[in-house]
This record gives sequence, structure tokens and C-alpha cells, in this order.
Amino acid sequence: MEWETVIGLEVHAQLATKSKIFSGAPTAYGAEPNTQACAVDLGLPGVLPVLNKEAVRMAVIFGMAIEAHIAPYSVFARKNYFYPDLPKGYQISQMDHPIVGVGHLDIDVDGVTKRIGVTRAHLEEDAGKSLHENFHGLTGIDLNRAGTPLLEIVSEPDMRSAKEAVAYMRKLHELVRYLGICDGNMQEGSFRCDANVSVRPKGQVEFGTRAEIKNINSFKFVEKAINHEVERQIELIENGGRVVQETRLYDSVKDETRSMRSKEEANDYRYFPDPDLLPVIIDEDFKAQIKAALPELPEAKKQRFKSDYNLDEENATILISSRQLADYFENVVNASGCEAKLCANWITGDLSAALNKAGLEITDSPVSDERLAGLLTRISDNTISGKIAKQVFEELWQSTSSADEIIAEKGLKQITDSGAIEAIIDKIIADNQGQVEQYRSGKDKVFAFFVGQVMKAMQGKANPAEVNKMLKEKLQG
Amino acid sequence: MSLTADDVNKIAHLARLGIEKQDIESYAKDLSGILDLMTQMSELNTDDVEPMAHPMDQAQRLRADMATEQNNREKFQAIAPQVEAGLYLVPKVIE
Repeated sequence: MEWETVIGLEVHAQLATKSKIFSGAPTAYGAEPNTQACAVDLGLPGVLPVLNKEAVRMAVIFGMAIEAHIAPYSVFARKNYFYPDLPKGYQISQMDHPIVGVGHLDIDVDGVTKRIGVTRAHLEEDAGKSLHENFHGLTGIDLNRAGTPLLEIVSEPDMRSAKEAVAYMRKLHELVRYLGICDGNMQEGSFRCDANVSVRPKGQVEFGTRAEIKNINSFKFVEKAINHEVERQIELIENGGRVVQETRLYDSVKDETRSMRSKEEANDYRYFPDPDLLPVIIDEDFKAQIKAALPELPEAKKQRFKSDYNLDEENATILISSRQLADYFENVVNASGCEAKLCANWITGDLSAALNKAGLEITDSPVSDERLAGLLTRISDNTISGKIAKQVFEELWQSTSSADEIIAEKGLKQITDSGAIEAIIDKIIADNQGQVEQYRSGKDKVFAFFVGQVMKAMQGKANPAEVNKMLKEKLQG
Repeated sequence: MSLTADDVNKIAHLARLGIEKQDIESYAKDLSGILDLMTQMSELNTDDVEPMAHPMDQAQRLRADMATEQNNREKFQAIAPQVEAGLYLVPKVIE
């Protein structure tokens, strides 16, 4: 039988605020345990949560970016459950009245654009962390993360393959970083997702029973976890079994999902409006302010790069993958005045390779946009050849000198003096009569040998076009 | 609506409340009485009444995003039953 996979994702994006969603405790990552957990985060009696305006702004700007309805009236609710990383006994979340309503996000898979529905996005607080090792049979609790603002973004069950799910997650990841509302650091858990996965016979309208895979924190694991879960469900059904609705955990070491609860107990969170918090009212003024600050979004930027700079799809896609990289590119184009394609090729080629190798982000690049522009200017005006440029680039990476300083210091300026080139060509032709004969008898391949010899003699500083032209003339005799 | 002993046990479990077996019947009766009041209220015509999330007709105040809290770990942990390496220790929760 042919099966169809149905996937919906719940993505938790940690909002990049300085303080927590309901308290004035700092949110910086990596602090000593419990040094950033105040009375509100600890759930001590008598405290009152007060909502962080920045978290609200970030939720609203996200909603605008996915063209969603922004609720003028939204309500916080208590989600009740007992777990020691949540000392109040409930998580403050949103249920019936989320701040962001129905929106959408377009993904590209294998050249086809598909629209994925976003059901809602709501604000909530994160829980603390449990450490299960080395406490003589007890569990250690660190509440630094408790109360960190989260935006939970819930998709429609619109994805039909692990590949689509990854594309959606990447698109969302790109978007929240563009908006500056989440640092997107998956290793630190700032951006993580739960996947709802089910299968059904192809053509069937009703959904199959789904399993929820919890807390996946890398793009690679989303794909592997979903593929694995799909296989498990199909095998189960084909062997006469039934999928049960349950929560499963992906084990990246064994590459399998396993049930998180031995005995499945229906969750009963008994949501109710939190009496400690009043309804959140978002007026037109607040929305207008946020709208005015909405940056150019990835998709719009990509189209502009393609039409204004004549970039191909591949280069445009890479360059817009982060706002910082896109800005870098535009700065280089503006500062160098060079053809955009040359700039794009250098940035997506040599610079990206060097950054990757060094494990650096564009924001930490040792070669600033201005210094790269200096190099590209000298390629454009024929001061140096493309080959020498690579050498200059290495120097730019290592030092703080400008391209012009390096070119002058190392004597790398391209020789365009045709007299000097001609003298060398004459000498090489005289020294290699055998190869000259071969060339003249029709072995065109020997031409490359001559180019190589000339370039070697001139230490790569000759203008290649010039060398080609003169060599051809001379060899023809 | 009348609650059964099972319902009462389930509610008590969800709220992590220990209740005495001999009290279950009276809890069931009291809780059912509260639900009856709700049923009575839901008979009212509320067609023109907007649902409210809070008894106060006000909007939530928002605070500026500033870290204003100091580290008071020592004070908080002084009243905790058990701590180690800066962590609060609790009975093992992993399944």
C-alpha cells in the first residue's frame, strides 16, 4: 500500500529579551545555576507576574511577518501540571485567545513553492532544567530558564514529508533571526520543535492517529526523527498493529523514537484564565509603531537581489539566508562599485569557505565588507588577476592591511606592459621549440602549457587576457 | 450533574491532594452542588453579554524590558529543604 505522511510542527522560539516574560530577572545564557531565578520565577507565595512589553512587541512583529491576524485582545491562561522544573504547578501560557492568529509561511522544496499554514502563535513562559545525574538518587533543579519568554508557533498539518518539515523549520528559523526576536541558537535550546507525525493510506481524507515527537533541536534530527517515526508507524500498521496517540522522544544516538511514558495518561491541563494577569489589549498605535519598524523580509529581499543585482537563484538564496550576510553583500557592492555578480561570487565562494573553515559567522569575519570591497575594486580595474586576488585575500584574512597595501607591499600588481610580456613570450617560445612544433601541427592542448610557462615566469602577475592574445599571435608564427 | 467517587479521586490526583477515603462521598456531594450552580447559571440568556477573562475591566500593564532583579540565590536556598552545587534537590522525577 502507498502511504502518505502528515506532519505538523510546534516550534518554540525563545524571545531575545533582556529580562523574563513576567519578572525582572535576567535571561542571559550560561549563568551559574539559580542565580537568575527571582521570587516570581520560583513561584513563591505573594508574587505577581507583570508582562514584559518587549515580548509582546516581538510576538506582534512575528505575526505581521507571517501576515497573521494580531489579536486586539488576548488572554493568559494557566496550564496546570506538576513537575519540579515548574515550581508554581502551572505554566502561564495562552489557550483560547492567542496573541497571533492564522498566518502562513511559504517554503521551497525542489523548486516548488508550497504555502504552509500557521494556526497560531502564542506567548508563554519556559520551564527550568532538571539534571538527573550525580545527586545521590535525587534530581537537581536549575530555574534560570524558568520564565524565559517563548513564542510557540503552531503549524497546520500541511507538510507531507520530512524534507518539507525541515524546509519549514529553516524558513521559520531564518525569519525569527531576521526579525531579531530570537537568536536561533539551537544548541542552547533557543529554537526547538515538537513534530506531530501520522500516516494514512494515500487518497484517504481522514488523518491517521498521530504521535508527538518532543524537543528536537537540530534540522538534521527533525528529518531523521520524522523519517524514523514514519517507518515505525507504517511497519506497525502493516503488521496489523495500531498507532496510539502518545509522546515519543527521539534518541539521536540510536536513531530511533521511543515512548516517553510507560503508561499513557491523557493530559488534563485544566486550562483557565490566569487571574493574576489582565487581558492584553493591543491598540492600533502600538501596531502602527511595530509595523513601521518591520525590516525587509527574506523573500522580498531575495526577489530584490534577483531583479536589482541580476543574481541567480542560488546566490540570492545564500546571500539572504541571514540579514547580516545580505547587508555585508550590499555594503561590498556599494563600497566597491563592482559588478554585483563578482561581489556575490566572492562572498558565497572564497569568503564563505574561509568562514566555514574557521567556524565563524559573517559578523565575526576578519575581512570586513570594506576591505573585501577594496580587493574587488582592484580585480575590476585589472590591477590584479583573479588568481593573485586569492593570494591577496589570504593576506587580508591574516592581517589588518588593506588590499592596496598588500598589493604594493608584495609587488603583486598585474603587468599590463605588453613589452614586458612580449619579451617573456619570445623567450619561452625560443626555449620550447618542440612544443611550438606540436602546437603548429594541430595539438591545441599545448597552448595551456605555454600559458602556464608565461604565468610562472611572471609570477602570475600578467593579465591573462593579454597573455592569451599575444601567445596566440606569436605561436601562429 | 453528580460526580462519582472515581471523578473525585481523579480530581484529587490531578491536584496532588491526599484525601481520606471516608471523605470522598461528601466531596462528591459538595462538588456536584457547585456544578449544579454552574448549570443553573448557564440557563441565563447571555446573548448580548461579552465573555470576560477577568472581573476587572482593565488592560494588562506592561513593564519595560530591563533586568532589575539581583541574584538572591543564597537567601532563597536558605529556606529550601535540600540544595547542592547551586541546584535545588528534589525526589527523582525521571521515569
